[in-house]
Amino acid sequence: MSELFPRKQIMGFVFSLVLTAAALAVYFLDLTFAQGITVLLITAFVQALLQLVVFMHAGETEDKWIIYGKVYFMIGIALVTIFGTLLIFLWDM
Amino acid sequence: MEFLERFAVPNPSLAIYASMVAIGLTLIAIIAGLTYFKKWGYLWREWLTTVDHKRIGIMYLISALIMLFRGGVDAIMMRAQLAVPDNKLLDAQHYNEIFTTHGVIMLIFMAMPFIFAFMNFLVPLQIGARDVAFPRLNALSFWLFFFGAMLFNISFVVGGSPDAGWTSYFPLAGNEFSPSVGTNYYMIAIQISGLGSLMTGINMITTILKMRAPGMTLMKMPMFTWATLVTNLIIVTVFPVLTVALVMGTMDRLFGTNFFSSTNGGMDMLWANLFWVWGHPEVYILILPAFGLYSEIISTFAGRNLYGYKSMVASMVIISGLSCVVWAHHFFTMGQGALANSFFSITTMMISVPTGVKIFNWLFTMWRGKIRFTVPMLYSIGFIPLFVLGGVTGVMLAMSAADYQYHNTMFLVAHFHNTIIPGVVFAMLAGLTFYWPKMFGFMLNERIGKWTFWLLTVGFCLAFLPMYVTGLDGQARRMYTYSAAAGFSTLNMVSFVGAMIMAVGFVLIVYNVYHSVRYAPRNIGADPWDARSLEWATHTPVPEYNFAVQPHVASSQAFWDAKKNGHVLFPGKVEKIHMPNNSGVPFIMSAIFFVWGFSMIFSLWIPAIISTIAIFACMAHRSFEKDHGRYISVAEIEETETKLRGAN
Repeated sequence: MSELFPRKQIMGFVFSLVLTAAALAVYFLDLTFAQGITVLLITAFVQALLQLVVFMHAGETEDKWIIYGKVYFMIGIALVTIFGTLLIFLWDM
Repeated sequence: MEFLERFAVPNPSLAIYASMVAIGLTLIAIIAGLTYFKKWGYLWREWLTTVDHKRIGIMYLISALIMLFRGGVDAIMMRAQLAVPDNKLLDAQHYNEIFTTHGVIMLIFMAMPFIFAFMNFLVPLQIGARDVAFPRLNALSFWLFFFGAMLFNISFVVGGSPDAGWTSYFPLAGNEFSPSVGTNYYMIAIQISGLGSLMTGINMITTILKMRAPGMTLMKMPMFTWATLVTNLIIVTVFPVLTVALVMGTMDRLFGTNFFSSTNGGMDMLWANLFWVWGHPEVYILILPAFGLYSEIISTFAGRNLYGYKSMVASMVIISGLSCVVWAHHFFTMGQGALANSFFSITTMMISVPTGVKIFNWLFTMWRGKIRFTVPMLYSIGFIPLFVLGGVTGVMLAMSAADYQYHNTMFLVAHFHNTIIPGVVFAMLAGLTFYWPKMFGFMLNERIGKWTFWLLTVGFCLAFLPMYVTGLDGQARRMYTYSAAAGFSTLNMVSFVGAMIMAVGFVLIVYNVYHSVRYAPRNIGADPWDARSLEWATHTPVPEYNFAVQPHVASSQAFWDAKKNGHVLFPGKVEKIHMPNNSGVPFIMSAIFFVWGFSMIFSLWIPAIISTIAIFACMAHRSFEKDHGRYISVAEIEETETKLRGAN
């Protein structure tokens, strides 16, 4: 019976609801901009990772290196884009 | 009446009214022709609902050729306007509209579908697959592109063309300076076709990673497939940036947000930044498949395997990484400091290294080969010196200090045409000639093809090389006229002559198709070029299941090994084949997208809401639909195979 029960998925679902609630709380609580955006960034990335691993089954096949490789590549490019933009508009303008 | 006024063209002219009449007559002719020849059912069953990657590829190809001519007419009008000083052929407004649509159409609605045509047609054949991984999604990609392109093309007769340049920089593209709906067309039409590109990206990556024939490891894939894989990784990486930027731009224009406004806390320069975060990788999205095609063609006609396979792959991967870290070189003069500019200068110059590696690999492939000077090979050989010229001027532009002299001049215009025309357009025409027999079962005429090549090459040199000179002399880009005292007259006239020679070349392509349809022999066999990779191992025309028996591969040129070295390509025996069913939903859904886009452009909220609901209804339909595909029985396959063998 225990192997039929999708424990991982249920836990994932509950956790994703908790993350959504935490992100939503930013709207209702009286936080500074920096605090709010920190909460949003962290919950957004954890949420994305959770969806990818639990519900999109990344890492369950033999070629998981391709999926994770692509994820790391995308994160790398996203960071380059963000820091490049900051360099152009804030640190060196 | 008041309702209809919004659809009027704000700056009408005789040419636009003539185009309206021409569009109307063409539509009537098409509808009448389809009805008269009773082809509606055929069109719907065989083309509009098809999920076959080969047919989708051919539809991409036809759309790209049509758009090539639309963009080409824009180009000729621009060159005609600039041919003599103080010309009155076009006024400033029309010139603005024409250079904007020329840029958008050539890049997004000509070059992109052209590369997608080859990717769709070739990749499943080259890796020995039956179709792409998600055939239905593939059809949706095509139709989204198609309706996006149509939406963009009606702009100049309904509501007015965009006129803020193909880069559409804010604040110029904002409501204050571009009050007509033209820029709405830009935002929404590119958005719709961009969604299609993103889907193709996911589709192609999955296809290449999951559906290769047994024995084909990543390092045994044909070079065009490698180029496709790398290109689609870039597409998936950067197209979301364009999507987001366009959404923000649309919100600014339609809903009064302030992302890119210069007041109220907006940041107009951020548009340029986001646009080029997408825009620079975009040019590599165009050129890498072109490199892939050149690799296939050069190794075929030099009669040698590709020199430096591993370094070819490595250089493409390096280019894909570097392409994402150079974007600021498009706006060196925007006001950032020397540190940022130096960083982006250096990364830009670094790209020339892997590109140089590829150039040497092609040269070494030809070295001591028995070169056959066919039309595709002529384009490939013409490409190398011309593209090197474009690349070298690119390194000149990459020097941020010197760029203050070059920027926004005809020098820049000459540079990017010098890379895109010999790089991408020549590759597409070479690929078109090379793969034409596989697509349509007969070859294009070599003699006319050689004439075309020489006309295009000579025309190209005459049209664009003088711009380097006028650009350094200070002729600004996007200026609709100049005075005789500026001294640009002679060279601009030379450019115009060159453009006309190129136009003759493009007309010859049409004549070549006509001539070859009528007179070319049909008994050419499956391998008319004596080629090397897997796409030539199946019949011509290619049966819908591609390969009756799944091929087994042991090297990057499996077909050549099968012909010359006794490799057994098809070891199995015929089994029943699982194929996807046709579906009309992608076409219908994309047509609804067209209505949605049109309603958004003109702020018609009720049809916009209805079509949004209809789009989601199409997606829901797909989610609940039970479609397990169909099987082609062994008897049917045997019958088709016998017939195709007999035809050869």
